[in-house]
Amino acid sequence: MSLLEVSGLSIRFGATEAVSNVSFSLERGERFGIIGESGSGKTLTALAVTGLLPEGAAMTGSISLDGASLPASERAMARLRGKRVGMVFQEPMTALNPLMRVNDQIEESIRLNEMHGATQIEVPYLLKEVGLELRHGDRFPHQLSGGQRQRVMIAMALASRPDILIADEPTSALDLITQRKVLDLIADICTRRQMALLFISHDLKAVAALCNRVAVMHRGRLVETGRAAATFSAPQQPYTQRLVAASRFDVRPPSRPAIGDTLLEVNGITRDYRQGGMLFWADKPLRAVNAVGFSIASAECLALVGPSGCGKTTLAKIIVGLDKATTGDVRLAGTTYHGSDLPQPLRRDVSLVFQDPFGSFNPRRTIADSVGEPLRLEPELSREARQARVVEAVEAVGLNAGMLARYPHEFSGGQRQRLAIARALVTRPKLVVLDEPVSALDVSVRGEVLALLARLQADFGLTYLIISHDLDMVRAMADRVLVMDAGRIVEEGKPAQIFAEPQHRLTRDLMAARLPDVGMAPA
Amino acid sequence: MILFALRRFLGFAATLIVAALVIFWLLDLLPGDPAQFILGINATPESVARLRLQMGLDAPAHERFLGWLWGMLQGDFGQSYTQRAPVAELIWGRLGVTLPLSVLAMVISVVVGLPLGILAARRRGKLLDTAIMVTAQTGVAIPNFWFGMLLTLVFAVGLRWLPPGGFTPWNEDGWAAFRGLILPSLALALPQASILARVMRTALVDVTGQDYIRTARAKGLTMGEAVWRHGVRNALLPVLTILGLQFAYLVAGTIIVENVFYLPGLGRLIFTAILERDLILVRGATIILILAVTATMLLTDITYALVDPRLRERSTP
Amino acid sequence: MKRLLSHPSLVIGLAATLVFLALGLLSLAWTPYPIEQIDIPRRYLAPSAAHWLGTDNLGRDMLSLVMAGTWTSFLVAAVAVAIGVGVGVPLGLAAAAWGGAVEWLVLRLTDFVFAFPAVIVAILITTLLGPSAVNAIIAIGIFNIPVFARVARGGALSIATLDFVAAGRLAGLGNVLIAWRHLLPNIMSLIIVQGTIQMSLGILAEAGLSYIGLGTQPPETSLGLMLREAQQVFLIHPWLTLVPGLSIVLIVIALNIAGDGLRDAIDPRLRQGNSNVLA
Repeated sequence: MSLLEVSGLSIRFGATEAVSNVSFSLERGERFGIIGESGSGKTLTALAVTGLLPEGAAMTGSISLDGASLPASERAMARLRGKRVGMVFQEPMTALNPLMRVNDQIEESIRLNEMHGATQIEVPYLLKEVGLELRHGDRFPHQLSGGQRQRVMIAMALASRPDILIADEPTSALDLITQRKVLDLIADICTRRQMALLFISHDLKAVAALCNRVAVMHRGRLVETGRAAATFSAPQQPYTQRLVAASRFDVRPPSRPAIGDTLLEVNGITRDYRQGGMLFWADKPLRAVNAVGFSIASAECLALVGPSGCGKTTLAKIIVGLDKATTGDVRLAGTTYHGSDLPQPLRRDVSLVFQDPFGSFNPRRTIADSVGEPLRLEPELSREARQARVVEAVEAVGLNAGMLARYPHEFSGGQRQRLAIARALVTRPKLVVLDEPVSALDVSVRGEVLALLARLQADFGLTYLIISHDLDMVRAMADRVLVMDAGRIVEEGKPAQIFAEPQHRLTRDLMAARLPDVGMAPA
Repeated sequence: MILFALRRFLGFAATLIVAALVIFWLLDLLPGDPAQFILGINATPESVARLRLQMGLDAPAHERFLGWLWGMLQGDFGQSYTQRAPVAELIWGRLGVTLPLSVLAMVISVVVGLPLGILAARRRGKLLDTAIMVTAQTGVAIPNFWFGMLLTLVFAVGLRWLPPGGFTPWNEDGWAAFRGLILPSLALALPQASILARVMRTALVDVTGQDYIRTARAKGLTMGEAVWRHGVRNALLPVLTILGLQFAYLVAGTIIVENVFYLPGLGRLIFTAILERDLILVRGATIILILAVTATMLLTDITYALVDPRLRERSTP
Repeated sequence: MKRLLSHPSLVIGLAATLVFLALGLLSLAWTPYPIEQIDIPRRYLAPSAAHWLGTDNLGRDMLSLVMAGTWTSFLVAAVAVAIGVGVGVPLGLAAAAWGGAVEWLVLRLTDFVFAFPAVIVAILITTLLGPSAVNAIIAIGIFNIPVFARVARGGALSIATLDFVAAGRLAGLGNVLIAWRHLLPNIMSLIIVQGTIQMSLGILAEAGLSYIGLGTQPPETSLGLMLREAQQVFLIHPWLTLVPGLSIVLIVIALNIAGDGLRDAIDPRLRQGNSNVLA
């Protein structure tokens, strides 16, 4: 008898069916992964299993735990959930009560589930098990980092010695190195306590690394299911095949213009931030960027990688002209500037593509208006010329000029990112800076956008500076890689070389944190 | 935390001083002679000169301002021309009505409003919720002084349970004094309680959608338990802010309600002073009102920081 | 437009408000009886065919007084809101767009004005200039400024961090253009909703100020002034206080319902970003 048996599960919100006829089972001690992108219904499925569906959701089908169907009364369901299932959610920032100390929150979990033995012994033990120290327990959630908060969530989930651990995107909001640590922790705990794991994510590599069996969900349906290794190395369904291909980032087009002379030079850029505090109590300035120097050649694709907070975004803002360096300068095609004093005529030569497609367009303005906005930097263009440029840019990214009169909310995330690229191209720049260009997109769409970027570089001889934490994307796209840590460049080299023989400690940590590629035979 | 409270206190003191400056400057702005203004057109030159001397009007402005400030710090608010008594004494006497009235009104509104708001949130969408919200919607729209008139009509004239107006001093008959404050404080409490109920409900409903409630339920709590144990405290934060603001304006609002019930509070003192152009009295009473308002806001800020640990570390408010 | 009309509370509230507004506007051209017409022998009359709402202590027709009074109340509240929006919104936007010293100054100013409830400002002004409806407008208007400045700043701040504002800066837009093209259109809904709230508060404030004699003066009339005149005799003639009081209550409820409905209708669009609840 399976530990968890889901059969014919369907969830409707009014007339829309969010989950259709999903069936799967989970055995004791098994590790089962559900893969899906946004809108696939994977989270709803997990919520249905624990009775936490939002209001307005109508559920049909059967769910049984150890052969017994889930209780109807809210109270009984709540207690069952607490005792048998531990849950870890995605957003560590908001998942903990900001007004309660961590110790108290974990203790509540223990007390609720009537454990034997004094409470005092248990909390410190749990903290240790998830890799936290006693002093962390005394703190409030906002005083801990994202990774630490996620560990607290795990500790709370384990307090009742559950049989199943459900983890829904537990690491998406964390940076690369912490991600690996938390995933390892989950794997370790499940092995040690012999718990079943239901792991839900869009990240194929994480699921492949952790789970024995997987299921793929797409638009509410279960598309494919099977043993992890088999499903990834030989996917049966077209959707699964697309996902696996997309996670491998095979993007470089064969022909590209040759890399030319130096286009951009960065010399000793330093950026200090003054911290808060009154006159005499002011804290020491925070050095976000520390004497950074490098150059980019024309038609080259340079990647800048590093953990969050390393200063790469600040550096990008200075290069693009949104922020001012404290010392040092930048040279672009002969002209020297320090950031926001980038002279007006030169601004058209540098563009920035933002990370979040949902925040990069003014919801109150048409796409035509927004994409054409940078053309203010070229006042000598006539109206017709401007219109022509906008159309040209939009068509270059594979969209239809007829869409120009629409508003941002009418487009999907992938389309909006294409439009963001169009906006960056409309002034025919020499250098395009891309800040995490695909991280906020669904996995299946990432490949398309990256292919587009590669094609545009080939067609127009663009120079790219890509900022990312996604090492696989960087390996697929970049000619050269710079690794940044705490404001300094710590390593430089070609991707293949850096991946094979990392020199600096941080680079080695980053490489170690990488999960094995999907679909390849285990090393 | 200490640093935070210190910063806030400095801000409070600065606001008071600037407020005093503004009040002083405004009332000094009168074209012509303040003493003439007070005494009117028919005053004799000698009486004007006497008053000028008494008010120290011949000294330069900054000396007068500082003199006034320094006097206030020592408790001397000047001498009321029209009532021929120290302003401080007059104000103090009236505060004995205005302050208890404000506090009583606040207590009633909290005791009635908050639980109703919680109840409405728990029974969201049901009949009780709608009934409470409709009542609150009406309560907010009723001018408190008009409500006072209605209460008087019902309870004083109709049922004769309570006095229609006037006030027996505390030291004469404590119980009668208290009875005189019941209707006015109910009148003041109605709109406040309505606002509190609505804010509490909104805050609680907001909290219900938060992620940490979902976490609490995942731990094994029912929705109701999760909201009670985790939600209410978080919901109290915005309520606290409103509470502080409301009390500040309540103090200002009492001076209107006093009119309905013929209470000898700060309000009537001020209006009489305005009519009789007693600048010194107006100045002193106004600064006291501002002090009450800003002091309440200061207390609210500090209490908020005490309850919400996230605020204690931020160096900029 | 159709979407706006699908919210019942908005429709009802707006309709009721417009009815009162229409009555008020009408009073500018015509009232059943001139409001200055005093007719002592016919005072304290109960409602009748000749006088739908009866007459007051001086024999004036109550319906005419209510119509004219409604107009004054609306006018005072509306101009006060206009002052608040006209001065407060630019201040709030400036604080959000420029930041630094400008923001600090605006915040200190708003904090300061918050310490002066409308009543106190009215006291100060009337001591200097004497009571009048105009002074009531100024007093209420001054208090509206920090309210709108705070709302505008708050709304603008949550938008100013979005990427499209940075994109605007990249395109060479200065602070003024950023505020105009990107910040203002996205906070308009917030401002409108706050406007209805301040409108209803303004009507209550005007009533209070006129009641204590610091606002509208005779021979003009306002709902608060009617209450002041009813004060002397309300124990014997309660009708005189019920009519203007109920009018105030109904208008304010109508405005509040319209404001709530407006917020519900507009709110979904104000929510930024995508919460992956259905994933």
